[in-house]
Amino acid sequence: MHTFSQLKKNLKKDFSSLAPVKIALLGDTATQLLAQAIRGAGYDDGFDLQVWEADFNQVERQVFDDTSELFEYKPDIIIIFHSTHKLLAKYNKLKPAERSGLAQGRMDLIAQINDKVKEQLKSKIIYYNYTEIDDAVFGNYAGKITSSFLFQLRKLNFELMQFAVNQNNFYLCDISTIQNQVGKNSFFHSSVYINTEMVLSLEILPAIALQTTGLIKVLHGKIKKCLVLDLDNTLWGGIIGDDGIENIQVGSLGIGKAFTEFQYWIKKMQQRGIILAVCSKNTESVAREPFEKHPDMVLRLEDIAVFVANWENKADNIRHIQSILNIGFDSMVFLDDNPFERNLVRENIPDITVPELPEDPAEYLEFLYPLNLFETISFSEEDNERTKQYQVEAQRTVMQQKFTNEDDFLKSLEMRSLVEPFNKFNTPRVSQLSLRSNQFNLRTVRYTEADIERIASDNNYASFSFTLEDKFGDNGLICVIVLKKEDNDSLFIETWLMSCRVLKRGMENFVLNSIISYAKEQGYQYLKGEYIPTAKNEMVKDHYKNLGFTQDNNYWVNYVSTYINKKSFITVK
Amino acid sequence: MERSEILKKVNEVFIDNLDNDDIVLTENSSADDIEEWDSLTHVQLVVAVEKKLNIRFNAKEIQSWKNVGEMIDSISTKL
Repeated sequence: MHTFSQLKKNLKKDFSSLAPVKIALLGDTATQLLAQAIRGAGYDDGFDLQVWEADFNQVERQVFDDTSELFEYKPDIIIIFHSTHKLLAKYNKLKPAERSGLAQGRMDLIAQINDKVKEQLKSKIIYYNYTEIDDAVFGNYAGKITSSFLFQLRKLNFELMQFAVNQNNFYLCDISTIQNQVGKNSFFHSSVYINTEMVLSLEILPAIALQTTGLIKVLHGKIKKCLVLDLDNTLWGGIIGDDGIENIQVGSLGIGKAFTEFQYWIKKMQQRGIILAVCSKNTESVAREPFEKHPDMVLRLEDIAVFVANWENKADNIRHIQSILNIGFDSMVFLDDNPFERNLVRENIPDITVPELPEDPAEYLEFLYPLNLFETISFSEEDNERTKQYQVEAQRTVMQQKFTNEDDFLKSLEMRSLVEPFNKFNTPRVSQLSLRSNQFNLRTVRYTEADIERIASDNNYASFSFTLEDKFGDNGLICVIVLKKEDNDSLFIETWLMSCRVLKRGMENFVLNSIISYAKEQGYQYLKGEYIPTAKNEMVKDHYKNLGFTQDNNYWVNYVSTYINKKSFITVK
Repeated sequence: MERSEILKKVNEVFIDNLDNDDIVLTENSSADDIEEWDSLTHVQLVVAVEKKLNIRFNAKEIQSWKNVGEMIDSISTKL
């Protein structure tokens, strides 16, 4: 991790080619150095974070005054940092009888801030939670008395999480976890606090900045989707090819415990929706054996979406995994105990993340926790199903090879699609897909759940979500269309995005048939589309051309009167 | 450690943290003499000196210095 002065040196670099994001930073303590650290950390992630800082201790004034600089600035993201020190100062001044209401009072304020921001701006809020200070007035008894500071503080952190569950534009940044990781002596520097009103030490600023930019990255679609795993001495101790299945170390005894706990962590990632792949230098049947037969293995073959074990070099194997999964290298993490393999992969595939695992397997987890590799801002039930869907995709690939005629193959799949406007059930998945999709995405507009709700209730928009299932399985919701009424004749395709899982199924034709028929019913003359190139969406450069749209300057149009329905083997569910 | 040696080390901290190779400190140097030395970078400098010499200042000391010489007075009591 960079030091603060390294981050500060970034500030002098050239930000002109980076993606601009407007940030407002509101705090009740001195935050100038934090602002510098955040901007500096943003540079490393490819962002020009334009941080506007409110004057000292102006959180409430900025939010509750309609004419404040905050509302004029219209930030994309508002970071709010209410410090525990100021909370304690407030607590100190309360009468003893009022103290048990501290957390509730603060929650009311936060709810008001959130409402006010929601009402007037489209900004997302990143709210720092509260690091712990025990004023030690009650000793251990603090846990048994509701008016103690520690009781109120912990209640507040819990209530914040409860609040965040129901607010789709409000994200918590867990700086309390950072203090737990490094300890308060590193997190807080008394003399700096007394002299400058800064509650964060210089030493900890980079970690706070990274925790913040980690969220900002995810809000802009930069997420990790896949974990690629080595086997020998990574998932179990020993070498399966040499030691044999009865001698590898995994289970409750000795060092095996470290590997078992590590596997449980990976399993939880898989259950959360991270795709697992194996990349091992082994004979495939030998490498599979522990997954099939070892009683103490936590991970099983059904948890692994792509299993590659051979004697080729790992960079090529990872390229192969990437091509099956159809995701970017920058969304992949590779874990391997062997420094040689790590360097080889790093050198050949610069975009992939390769953590420098410690030598001792007992330290793997404690090393990985603070890296916070798998930050996310969404979770949907479908995430559980992702591994299965990729495995089913592999089956389809096998079957496709049996058909020489593509139409026959598509017909044989018996595909069905549920077409629905955005509603409260599909909102989380629609938002998630808009944040995750980079390749098949014509304009790469990102939507939070609040954006989706807004579109669903706005008469100037028509929204469509498409699922796709076939005889092998259900892909879930895989395509999103947002149409915006431009005038009585023209419907603009604000968003057309699709999961790459369902390429080459004729989904594009089915979607176009559906939206043209909507346009016709509503009396529009034409649909108008646009392609905005990014580093990742070249795949759809000719999307509109291929679908028979005609070019009109930077736009593509398709008239409903002359449209002939395209061939599609998908039926409406 | 000699005062001149301490001054040399403090000078290195200033050069590194203010990103300016031309800084030459004397015992009489103060924030008025060095452009980048303001209340914000001051925090950074103090913490960097603490780290470099493996010492810790107390809050009152930090407030009392009027120039680099007085900072060195504080440092020499701790080494």
